[in-house]
Amino acid sequence: MNIVVCIKQVPDSDKVTIDRETNRLNRAGVPSIINPFDENALEMALQLKDLHGGKVIVVSMGPPQAEEALRTALSLGADEAILVSDRKFGGADTWATSYTISLAIKKIEDVDLVLFGKQAIDGDTAQVGPGVAHFLDIPMLTYAKGVEVTGDTFKVNKVTEDGYEIWDVDKPCALTVVKEANDLRMPSLKKKMAAKKAVIPCWGVEELQPEEGNIGLAGSPTKVSKVFAPPVKLNKEILSGEPDEMIAELIGKLKGQHIL
Amino acid sequence: MSAEKELWVYAEQREGKIAGVVQELLSQGQVLCEKSGYTLCAVLPSANGAELCQELYNFGAKKVYTIDDPKLADYQNDYYSRAVAQLINEKKPEIVLYGATTIGRSLAPTVAVMVDAGLTADCTELDFDVEEGNLLQTRPAFGGNIMATIICPNHRPQMSTVRSNVFKKTKLSENEAGEQISYEVDLSGVPERMRRVEAVHEADDNSIDLNAAQFIVSGGRGVGKPENFKIIYDLASEMGAAVGASRATVDAGWISHHHQVGQTGKTVCPVVYIACGISGAIQHLAGMQSSDMIIAINKDPGAPIFDIADFGLIGDLNELVPEFQKQIAAAKAS
Repeated sequence: MNIVVCIKQVPDSDKVTIDRETNRLNRAGVPSIINPFDENALEMALQLKDLHGGKVIVVSMGPPQAEEALRTALSLGADEAILVSDRKFGGADTWATSYTISLAIKKIEDVDLVLFGKQAIDGDTAQVGPGVAHFLDIPMLTYAKGVEVTGDTFKVNKVTEDGYEIWDVDKPCALTVVKEANDLRMPSLKKKMAAKKAVIPCWGVEELQPEEGNIGLAGSPTKVSKVFAPPVKLNKEILSGEPDEMIAELIGKLKGQHIL
Repeated sequence: MSAEKELWVYAEQREGKIAGVVQELLSQGQVLCEKSGYTLCAVLPSANGAELCQELYNFGAKKVYTIDDPKLADYQNDYYSRAVAQLINEKKPEIVLYGATTIGRSLAPTVAVMVDAGLTADCTELDFDVEEGNLLQTRPAFGGNIMATIICPNHRPQMSTVRSNVFKKTKLSENEAGEQISYEVDLSGVPERMRRVEAVHEADDNSIDLNAAQFIVSGGRGVGKPENFKIIYDLASEMGAAVGASRATVDAGWISHHHQVGQTGKTVCPVVYIACGISGAIQHLAGMQSSDMIIAINKDPGAPIFDIADFGLIGDLNELVPEFQKQIAAAKAS
């Protein structure tokens, strides 16, 4: 069974600055990590491989340095890694990103399952997984916390607002994975060494042959029109003193604002 | 193509009941339609559309497009996305709004790629630029460190998802007039690739959905030990609030991950968020700073949570939280 895991390298969100000229993120100098939810997708894939064999292939779209994230995934047990990178892919929104990643996955043979983290912590959109699934024309479930192989289908446990649902999904399919699915394993020293030396192919416009109008900034329906700092709270009140007096004052304020 | 331009709200239903966020989206839709001159409409895939239209009219929908099919009784991504995308391609609405629920966050991104639309997730403000004719979609990014306004100048429809409690509900009356337009979608050609086998509603000590809650009482490391979460639960139950928690307490096993608020937990925006013993790491703030009002209870006056709080109470939560509960109970009784 071959499983593709799509991972995103994200900047550590505490340390990001914005280029005010272009409204784009300054990634230089900011430490990068694998998107935490993608770690759960990777672990889900590795567990399936432990049980059923096959290959785990990690795919990441991003700038050349996203290769680091792929090497980390290899050190954890992924078998192959593919970097999807080209200057022409830059500025892609979720539509163009979904399209581009789907072209890469189409080049990989005999894929049974495509996994994503439930969302990336930089953009928080949760849109690329469903988008890729549509371009691949495969069924998709969001918020998966468990999966079992049952013959030609997968039995998927999916989180809902107030519980969970069990779905029976045909192969191949796509899932987005939640944090509660699992905890990521530790890398092994041997795999770490191998990951350092691994040759990671980079697929760009030449390899993927996308339609020009569907990639990068030009292929993105959404545009950032303005980026600004969140508004600061102006009327804040900090109380201290005796507990009963503080609470009485607070309750008075809440009543005054018709909240209680 | 219809002569008048339309703004649609996806009328999400579960088990034949319209989701609360739909009323909020229609209410904001009223505001946007007033500015833009568009007609406010709802699109309702279900098995029993006619029964649900009145509620949508009451919140301002002039038209409800019902798509009835037994296959649409419960949410299934392939059927629903086909139905909604086909209707969009035929009627060409200018704007489509979805609740950022587990369903909305499957449907909207699927439909967006099917109809080549732009989609902006988790908007906290929606406005209309009358000159350019664009929807101005504002959302937090990077854990709320920045806000971005997104436009979609060359593609229609413009689509957004919005969380519960971002917009207030404005009900016009109990018996607004509206028009039901029944729309047929042939789903026989859509392959049946996934089947829901079971749906389980889980009860918890506090089963109020964090995403839809009006009030949230949240506990952090300052709660001290797992048993102390009882005072958090007690205050929550007095207020009819949901119980939230910081990542530190979930990682320590004090409370189940269902309750985790933050970047790797749930993102919430209640009317009032009460943070008890939570210092305010970025990872937590990202999940709750869109709340209308934030009340912070912490003994450390330098805790970053006070930077974003509307009301800060400096003191011991073991005294303040039970006192809060006591005085609310008294206020309710009087």
